[in-house]
Amino acid sequence: MARTAIQLDPNTGPPAPRRRSRVGDRVFKGASATVAVGLLALLALLLGDLAVGGARAFAKFGLGFITGRNWNPVFGREQFGALPFIFGTLVTSAIATVLAVPVSVGLAVLLSEVHSGWLRNPLAVFVDLLAAIPSVVYGLWGLFIMKPVFDHRVEPFLSATVGKVPVVGALFRGNPNGGDLFTAGVILAIMILPTVTAVTREVVATVPRELLEGAQALGATRYETLRMAVLPYSRSGIVGATMLGLGRALGETIAVSLVVGNGLGIGASLFKPGYTIPAVIASEFREATNVGVHRSGLLALAVLLVVIAFVMAALSRLLLRRSVRLMGGSATVAAERAAFQVNG
Amino acid sequence: MSDLNAWFGTNLVLRDVSMTAQPQAVTAVIGPSGCGKSTFIRCLNRMHEEVRGAGASGKVLFDGQDIYGPDVDPVDIRRRIGMVFQRPNPFPTMTVLDNAVAGLKLAGRMTRPELRERGERALRAAGLWEEVKDRLGEPGGKLSGGQQQRLCIARALAVEPEVLLMDEPASALDPASTLRIEELIEELKEEYTVVIVTHNMQQAARVADWTMFLLSGEVVEHGPTRKIFTQPDDKRTEDYVTGRFG
Ligand SMILES: Nc1ncnc2c1ncn2[C@@H]1O[C@H](COP(=O)(O)OP(=O)(O)O)[C@@H](O)[C@H]1O
Ligand SMILES: [Mg+2]
Repeated sequence: MARTAIQLDPNTGPPAPRRRSRVGDRVFKGASATVAVGLLALLALLLGDLAVGGARAFAKFGLGFITGRNWNPVFGREQFGALPFIFGTLVTSAIATVLAVPVSVGLAVLLSEVHSGWLRNPLAVFVDLLAAIPSVVYGLWGLFIMKPVFDHRVEPFLSATVGKVPVVGALFRGNPNGGDLFTAGVILAIMILPTVTAVTREVVATVPRELLEGAQALGATRYETLRMAVLPYSRSGIVGATMLGLGRALGETIAVSLVVGNGLGIGASLFKPGYTIPAVIASEFREATNVGVHRSGLLALAVLLVVIAFVMAALSRLLLRRSVRLMGGSATVAAERAAFQVNG
Repeated sequence: MSDLNAWFGTNLVLRDVSMTAQPQAVTAVIGPSGCGKSTFIRCLNRMHEEVRGAGASGKVLFDGQDIYGPDVDPVDIRRRIGMVFQRPNPFPTMTVLDNAVAGLKLAGRMTRPELRERGERALRAAGLWEEVKDRLGEPGGKLSGGQQQRLCIARALAVEPEVLLMDEPASALDPASTLRIEELIEELKEEYTVVIVTHNMQQAARVADWTMFLLSGEVVEHGPTRKIFTQPDDKRTEDYVTGRFG
């Protein structure tokens, strides 16, 4: 504090002691400031470029760019409405999150609970390995192996069972053949699982022993200890882990574009082909020229994707801040770290 | 209890400890740091074995039943023997009331009004009711340290255990809160069998009817508190209680 004051107003403060470490401090400060400013500038430049590039599409279609359901890049009949992509991006990411988070939390708890079992290490290594597999491999596997199984077995089964339930059933009705939102969501779930598991495991490891013992001393079983002590304490951290996974799901391109079906429909059924923002950008950028507004349209899509990611990160911050106030502690730190990674 | 041994890995921490805790009385366990007081008290409700690599052998008779018997479920034992820890450990996000009745919720079905009533009774018994009756909905983590510790006592009392174990319950608290806790212990012994660990000899002298002096995992002496503090049989006890070592 005092040092800052001295630097702000060198005439009134006492003479600063000359120590060797001060030089190091200055160099370090300068270096980190440069890097920080540089990163911010880079981010601004990136966003600026995207926005400028997307401006023509936004100008031409206005709000219709977001609410429109038609996407037709053929010159002369150009129509750019991004709603199907926004829809597909949100839906596939939501499926991924809903499927992955419970499994991840379960796995993370299992990994921290199993004291010395032979299962512990292989399982942990396996989960970490999952995270290291390149996404194109997931995509190929999804396309050639998982998709047929889903088309012929999983989806018809769901359709015949859950599909009969009122309201919820609407999600699982329809023709299961071909790529669809559900298959893409499941692939994404598998892809984000390791990340969410790893972060959750860290968070669960920060639950203080006293808290666990408090529950155990009341005669809580392992499961009850989990519910009373572990999960409430880790809640904010799990939100952070979820956001980290969601961030990855929102941006995933290759694997999704291989199995999502590339259709512009918007409906209740998850068994219909869909399209996502990253997928459409990846499949159309090559033929997108500046003759019409096609290229501008894709850049505008990129802007939308960034906005969606920022909104999600902001929401997670809000969620965190609310639960963080209750306790503080290292679970919070782990969560904030996770959220920070999502943000930037 | 007889011939209780306890260890962490290969480190034998308690050696052939035998003692009897009198019902409706306070027994204090004293001894220098690291002598095994916490380990000892944690053996009494089978919490010791929760630490990785830790174990215990011997007999601990509770209502005539050996709690280390082959088909005894530690979870059942812990529901009948309450425990309060050195550091207050309420569940930070649970409300004050939910904290107080957390053990009851585990034990079985009770309606909300029943829970509330039992919660109030426990909070009164822990001498906390007047301070928190308007804050029952606040998170337990927002109370002061002394209040949190009394909340933990309320939590342990709510299930109406037969024995209450306390491991240095006041060592993390300020003098005023410590006094409150000591008064509370005085009241609790009317109904409960209390075993309290303390490294504070004045505290033991103030609250305990019986005192056990533990040194390096062995019982040096166990007897009425007054005798231990005024005319101990063992030279080491005398040295310890007069502050000449430890
Ligand atoms: N979790 C643990 N793991 C291994 N050794 C431990 C652990 N806790 C305590 N010990 C050892 O057991 C001995 C007794 O500890 P403790 O019962 O906590 O003593 P006290 O409560 O009297 O200070 C000490 O020598 C300590 O080093
Ligand atoms: Mg201790």
